Formats: sequence, structure tokens, C-alpha cells
Amino acid sequence: MLLRIWAVVVKELRQLSRDRMTFGMIVMIPLVQLMLFGYAINTDARHLPAGLVNLSDSAYAPRIVAAMQASQVVDFKFNYASINEAEAAITKGEVKSVLYLPPDLAERLVRHPSASGGHYFAQPVGQWLVDGSDTVVAATIKTLRQMPLYDVMNLPPTHTVPSFEVVQYFNPEQRSVVNIVPGLLGVILTMTMVMFTSAAIVREREQGNMEFLITTPVRPMELMVGKIMPYVLVGLIQVTIVLGAGHLLFDVPFRGGIDSMALASLLFICASLTLGLVISTIAKTQLQSMQLTIFILLPSILLSGFMFPYEAMPVAAQWIAEALPATHFMRMSRAIVLRDAEVMDLSLDALWLLGFTAIGLLVASLRFSKRLD
Amino acid sequence: MSACLAIETHGMSREFAGVMAVDQVDLAIATGSIYGFLGPNGCGKSTSIRMLTGLLTPSAGEIKVLGDNLFGAEERIRRRIGYMTQKFSLYDNLSVLENLEFVARIYGLKRSERRSRLAELLSLYELAGREKQLAGSMSGGQKQRLALAAATLHRPELLFLDEPTSAVDPENRREFWERLFDLCDQGTTILVSTHYMDEAERCHGLAILERGIKRADGSPQQLMDAMNAQVVEVAGEDLRSLKQTLVKLPEVLSAAQIGSRLRVLVARKIADPLAWLKLQVGERDLFLVQPSLEDVFVTCTGGDRHVA
Repeated sequence: MLLRIWAVVVKELRQLSRDRMTFGMIVMIPLVQLMLFGYAINTDARHLPAGLVNLSDSAYAPRIVAAMQASQVVDFKFNYASINEAEAAITKGEVKSVLYLPPDLAERLVRHPSASGGHYFAQPVGQWLVDGSDTVVAATIKTLRQMPLYDVMNLPPTHTVPSFEVVQYFNPEQRSVVNIVPGLLGVILTMTMVMFTSAAIVREREQGNMEFLITTPVRPMELMVGKIMPYVLVGLIQVTIVLGAGHLLFDVPFRGGIDSMALASLLFICASLTLGLVISTIAKTQLQSMQLTIFILLPSILLSGFMFPYEAMPVAAQWIAEALPATHFMRMSRAIVLRDAEVMDLSLDALWLLGFTAIGLLVASLRFSKRLD
Repeated sequence: MSACLAIETHGMSREFAGVMAVDQVDLAIATGSIYGFLGPNGCGKSTSIRMLTGLLTPSAGEIKVLGDNLFGAEERIRRRIGYMTQKFSLYDNLSVLENLEFVARIYGLKRSERRSRLAELLSLYELAGREKQLAGSMSGGQKQRLALAAATLHRPELLFLDEPTSAVDPENRREFWERLFDLCDQGTTILVSTHYMDEAERCHGLAILERGIKRADGSPQQLMDAMNAQVVEVAGEDLRSLKQTLVKLPEVLSAAQIGSRLRVLVARKIADPLAWLKLQVGERDLFLVQPSLEDVFVTCTGGDRHVA
């Protein structure tokens, strides 16, 4: 039995070493994606294109505009003569937001609490018109709502004491890349691991190898285990690449133990590979297996907590997310890499991945019949 | 009796979406013989072989392979049979040696055993010196020899070959058959499917299949002797139009031009085919000739759809 598993492992490794394209992708996919997403994904928006409708002739207007610009949140690019024009520009997508300064700007400023310390007739000084369709953009503009105005009016700063202090653990500088790299690990592994094995059985079928293979004494479970094992190694190489490059390029800290991370990765790699095998026993062609891989990959990116916080999702979506191996790994890798957790602290997730692998192997072996009908 | 039968089937049938691919086929194939399935493409040869190797479940019928009921004993029987598929089914991106090593490990050959067996096969099938060549880059004949080496690596008692020579030239075909007779001589029973008459003629026993139905069964000589037609060749002018006239006669089973002669199959109920045909062909010359396997095939399958 071991000899037959070994036969399949050796065969797979030899085939893999001949396939330069795949071999290159093993290294290039994690590197390119890490660079791409590490630099591109940023949840704090900066330099949003903005417009200005200035109906005031007060000298404060340019100062307010300069202060806004200095916050780096917005870049004023266009001037509009009227609100109607500004609204049209937002609809066209020319700008994301427009600052409206009314004709009575100076009076409003004088009455404003930040200038006069509270006034009975206080009204907002101006208005931001925002394209609210993107919630990230809208939320960022909202932070400008409370912009202090003493600078603009050359008044001494008045300090207000916040109601609560917020202490930020693990990522004090609020860099999104710190959260993204361990998460990206889950996405990359899901993609490559499921993809490699989802084609494994179908390919043999399509290329006509299967008819010979199933007349040999090889057992389904031996074939499945043998097909998975070489890719476990591939997965571990990818983990090393992503975490190593993440540390070197993006200064992502690695706080947890290497052993915890290796164990968590191993569990996730095995779970993803068996998921691919199950797909491979369902799909009839390599194209179908690719489509099924995408079908798994999308929720693994969107529901696993990689993009959006798991806790913010509706309960039903959380159930779906729980079914995906990526969700559990996302939780584990972030905990280990960023919070120095150990696998033992995360035993539920670890056990879940282990169970997933065992059941997946069983299902794939049962589904794989040594027959052609 | 069944002890010396390698394959025995009763009413073996297989249906695909309402079409009978194999219909009530009875087989009794003696151990140590080379037995052929002869028939056009789509006649049920491959389907029959796949049922006999346990790859397809029959819709009906009984199958005994090497004395055992196939159903339920597939895994045990698979160790005793070899199967060479119609399409090359080893790995194109593995070398000759790597392919054979893979198969040897799958069959559980230990290292030393493996080494000696592979060396033996490489020299027997003239693959020595090509160990490192990728299987995908080899010629049809070389691929075929590699496939045969892989199928016989575990010294099977029963070997199935599905159209083994469809991708090789006549020279290689001759050599290939010599190898089959060597294997047969060592006691291997061989079942081979083909659509070549000359290959079918080499078999000890033969079944002619057409649209899933077994039309004839026996040794090539028996089949030729038992043919229900006599063969007359006509030489002379204007054979094309003569053919058109002859095939309309119910007594003529078939007429086909071969070079400058027209080969006419006359039903056996005509006692003197030469005299009878003389009336039809006028001034042309007539020769009574020995039937060939192709004649048997034509009369069995109604080759040109003119069966009375």
C-alpha cells in the first residue's frame, strides 16, 4: 500500500518538474499577488478627487479650502459655479465629493461653536456633497465633518477632551497591509491548492491515462493520498514565500511561533487539497473543474474575513463562511502572525480543518469509482 | 470444462441510452489462445473488452474471467490480467523508464525485482537506449511497444489488447504479432480486437461483431469453410456495370471489384455457381476461388447491405 502511494507521489513529482509553467506559477503567483495586493489594497482612502462651489467672497473661503487640502483626504480639482453643476459632475463621476461654501460663510463662521464657544443660532459652516455609493469614500469624507476651524480664524486652539480613549493593539499605525498579508496567505493557498488538485483526476481522465490506471491494483484512497502529498510541499513553499516577502517588503511582523504557523498551514493546505480532489471527482472536464474552483475561490475571498470583518456579516453568511476552510485559516494565520497565538488557542479551527480533510478524502475516494460507467 | 476457459460469458449485454452496444454475446475463449474480435468501428469491440476487464458494468449477462465470476472479484482478477488500451494511456510527460517504474511500483514489485524485470522488458521490446526519452515524443510503434511492456509487466495470465496496431505501420504490425505469439507460447491468453482482416486471420479463434451482435465465432478456417457462399471471380470488360446488374440478383450476396477482377459471392444454395454465373456474365472468364476472411466478414455482416 505504501509502495503504491509512493509510486503516485514519485509520478506526480516527476510530472510537476516537467511542467515548467506550473512550476513557475508556484513561486510567481504568491509573489505577484503579494506585491499587487500589498501595495494596492488600502482601506484608508486618500486624495479623493473633489470639487468646489464657492459662493462666498469672504477671505476665510480659501483658508478653509487650504486646510481641507492639507488633510490629504481630498484633492480639489474643479471649481463649479452652482450646486446644479456640481451635482452633474458627481453624477458623471468627475469628482467623488464637492465642498459647498454658502454666500453667508463669514457670518456662519462667527456664530460657529468652534469660533465663538457656542452660539444659539449655530449652523454648519458649509456642506459636503458626497457620492455615497462607495461606503469607504463616504466614511472618509465624514471624518472631515468635525474639522476644527480655529486655525482658519487665527484663534488659539481649544482642546476638547474625548469621551473615550482608544488603544490599538497589534497594528498601532493602522497599516492595512499588516492585516492583509496573513489573510492573503489564505487566498493564495486556496487558489493554488484547490486549482492544482481540482484538475488532478479530470486530467488523467481527459488524457486517457485513467483507463489504464483503473485496471491496475491501485486503490482510490492510495491514488488520492499520493496525488495530494507533493502539493503539501508546494503549499509550504508558498507559505514561506508569502510570509518571508511580507516581512521583508511590507515589514509585517511575525510574532507567533514558526511551529504553530507550520501546523496551521499544513492543516489548511491538506483541507484545500482535498477540497480540490472532491471537485476533481465531480467535474467531467478540466474547464468544469476550473469553474468549480472559481466558485469556491470567490466566497473564500469575500466571506472568509479577508476583505470584510467576519463579525459584520449576517448570520447566514457566517454559516457559509464557517464551511470554507479559508475562514478558519484566516482566523488562525492572523492570530498566529499578528497576535502570537498558538495552535492550541485555536483548537476549534484546527480540529475543523482536520475533520474537513478526513471527510474530504473519504468523499473523494468514495466518489472515485474504478469504473468507466 | 470451464477450467480451461480463460473467458466465459453468457448473454453479456450493455446498453447506452437505449442503444444496445453489446447484445447477448456468448463467449468461450480457451486458455492459451489468441482470440480476436473482428468488426467495424462502433460494433461493440471496446465495450466488450471494457466489460471483460471490469471497467464497465454489463446491463445483463454473466461474465467469468480466469474461472472466477468477475462481479465482486474485479480487484483480485485485475492482478492477473493486463490491458492495453486503444488510446496510448501511459504518461506523455514521463520517460520510458519512469513510466515503467510507475507501473512496476503500482504492481508492488520490490526494488531488485523491479530492476531486473524492467531491464528484461526494455531489451525484449527494443526500448533499451531510450530509457530517458519522453513517451510523448516517441513514434507510434515505440509507444505501442512501451504500452505492451507496461501491460505485461506483471506477467498477466490474460492480456486484453484493444486495437493495438491501429497507429503503426505494417512492418511494426508483423513484429508486434510475433511478440504476441511469443507471449502466447509462454501461456498467456490474449484477446485482441481489430478491424484488419490480416490480423484477424492470425488469431486462433475469432468472433465477428456487428452492431453489438456476434455474427460468427470459430477459427478463421472454420469460418471460411462454414461460409454460406461460394466465391467466383469474373475477369473481363465493363465490370462496373456488371456489378450493378449482379448485386440486384438475390442469389448474389456481394460483388466487389478487386483489381481487374470482380469478386462475386454466390449463395451456397446454387449447386454449380460457375454454370449459374456464366448465364449472367456472358463472354467474361470465370474462376472459382478460395474464400478469404474478408468474404466471411462480408457475408456475416452484409457488408454492402445486400443480404438476401
